[in-house]
Amino acid sequence: MIMKHLMVRCLAVALPVAALLCCAPARCFAVTVNGAGASFPYPIYSQWAYKYESLTGTRINYQSIGSGGGIAQIKAGTVDFGGSDAPLKLEELDKSELVQFPLVIGGVVPVVNVSGVSAGQLKLSPELLANIFLGSVNRWNDPAIAAVNPGLSLPNTAITVVHRSDGSGTTWIFTNYLDKVSPTWHQKVGTEKAVAWPAGVGAKGNEGVAAYVQQISGSIGYVEYAYALQSNLAHVLLKNRAGKFVEPTITSFQTAAAKADWANAAGFYLVLTDQPGDDSWPITGASFVLVRRQQSDPTKAKAMLEFYDWCYRHGAEMAEKLHYVPVPLNVVELVETNWRGAISANGLPVWK
Amino acid sequence: MATARAEPSVIRNAASGVAKSAGKQHRQSTGDPAFKWMTILCAAIIAVIMAGISEELVRNSHLSIKQFGFRFFVSPKWNPVTQEFGAASSVFGTAVSTAIAVLLAVPLSLAIALLLVELAHPVVSRFVGGAIELLAAIPSIIYGMWGLFVFAPFMAKHVQPALANTLGLLPLFQGPPMGIGMLTAGIILALMILPFVSAVTRDVLHMVPAVLRESGYGLGATTWEVTRKVSFRYGMSGIVGAVFLGLARALGETMAVTFVIGNDHTMSASLFGAGNTIASTLANEFSEASEPMYLSALFELGLALFAITVLFQIVAQLWLRRLGRTMGTR
Repeated sequence: MIMKHLMVRCLAVALPVAALLCCAPARCFAVTVNGAGASFPYPIYSQWAYKYESLTGTRINYQSIGSGGGIAQIKAGTVDFGGSDAPLKLEELDKSELVQFPLVIGGVVPVVNVSGVSAGQLKLSPELLANIFLGSVNRWNDPAIAAVNPGLSLPNTAITVVHRSDGSGTTWIFTNYLDKVSPTWHQKVGTEKAVAWPAGVGAKGNEGVAAYVQQISGSIGYVEYAYALQSNLAHVLLKNRAGKFVEPTITSFQTAAAKADWANAAGFYLVLTDQPGDDSWPITGASFVLVRRQQSDPTKAKAMLEFYDWCYRHGAEMAEKLHYVPVPLNVVELVETNWRGAISANGLPVWK
Repeated sequence: MATARAEPSVIRNAASGVAKSAGKQHRQSTGDPAFKWMTILCAAIIAVIMAGISEELVRNSHLSIKQFGFRFFVSPKWNPVTQEFGAASSVFGTAVSTAIAVLLAVPLSLAIALLLVELAHPVVSRFVGGAIELLAAIPSIIYGMWGLFVFAPFMAKHVQPALANTLGLLPLFQGPPMGIGMLTAGIILALMILPFVSAVTRDVLHMVPAVLRESGYGLGATTWEVTRKVSFRYGMSGIVGAVFLGLARALGETMAVTFVIGNDHTMSASLFGAGNTIASTLANEFSEASEPMYLSALFELGLALFAITVLFQIVAQLWLRRLGRTMGTR
């Protein structure tokens, strides 16, 4: 008698709870795709994912843990796609059975916090930038900086360099540029996702670097452009390969990307730093997505590729609003042709 | 009906009662060993987990141990490009930040515990005691965020310039006042271990028998004399235990330190400079380390921290044992 009463009470609680937990038909069949990687494109990926979910119900979940983390996780198979600013070479792609393609293009921007200097005022040449990050130029009123900035009064404060403490594709792009333009940097430091920084303090993530630069007076750091805008930091003008001082803008990123030769890049391995062109921003970089060649779940794989296709064809406006450069459509065709041949599930190609 | 059935049921109950008590004795003799083995199993699980962790650490650092040997612990290099790694800066940072934390927190905690036990009104004592315990409940990442956005600017604008002006001749207080750095990290660690040390010290002081303290007062001692010569003496082993508890927490603290220490693989002579600790290096670099040597070096760092913590535990036990002998409790 008591047992029966108890059972009825239990069911009375359990059934409504089960009904609540059981998702509505649309959500029951919703696909969730998990990705992780670079913090560089995180602002635009999260916007795209949000918009895409409201349109189709497919959830794209992207965690900003750094390019190194993205590569490690996709190789380990714990995520469906990895994001990396540092592209992998074809041999590495073959070894880990991955497909790589650029999803968005952006710029890395040096930002400063110097009293009396506002956004777009300070000009730096490539060697000067390298020397500041090497620690050989360590005060703001150094003659070398004054020579490039006549008419700008710079205070006699120490330069605090802010770099990334974690392994990052943003660091990879930045050190790739410094490596190209400064032989001293090439010899002393090199280019990698994490390097032995000769000077300065390290912060975690693009967000961390932005926070440190905001806090420390007399600091210089490098962040992805969206972070520079969102945190109201003063960006610098850089002298590019053509000898002109350029502002980091959509146009200057686009100019750098337009001259790139994607068709001949094996595995889409292409680095966009120090590209020719009068208006090219010298520290432009593409952010890449890595997916497995052999997909275990055809439905999820198809949903994932449809998301990327949507981003290419309908996400351009959102990208530009956040100051990223959408990948040119001719490159999109190359990427999707590659998908047809390279990505398969259960022996059948996923993308038709 | 009840009474008609009562007698047989009473007899039945009495009979079953006798049987039960006999059975209970029998059950007690099986219950005790069962309880004993269950507790032994639980304790053994801990030992197995410890052994498992140390085995995992040693196995994964094998590559790095073979490559660098003892040099690892004295080399300040940390270069992922050339794959040369050294633990010196991390171990140094761990040692210095922990030392600052303990030096700042222990006197403060003792003073707070004294106030709560001896001097304060019971209501004040309860209120302040509750506030201290609330400090212990704050997650460490909140400390990190507060440290980065509130405390570090405060240090940069007020504290560090003041220190530089007064004690600037010492190499300890030279360098640009960035706000973030070893000193800030040490102070935040002190704030984090303060609640633990003061809570345990307060409990230890409460446990001093009233008769001992009253004897002291009866002989004409002042409050301070009773505190120093009776309460502290009696509770010394407990207080030392509390300090080691705080120290162990400071050694392993990760997120709060990562936010404010500056993450630079150098050993700076100045407390204003940036540094790194073993925990902050692991938090920053572990998830992205893709090369086997890099991963192995990070595991070796973890093994170093594990070894340091075990070492401090052993030192604590030896110290407590010696205290016990001199204070007469053993």
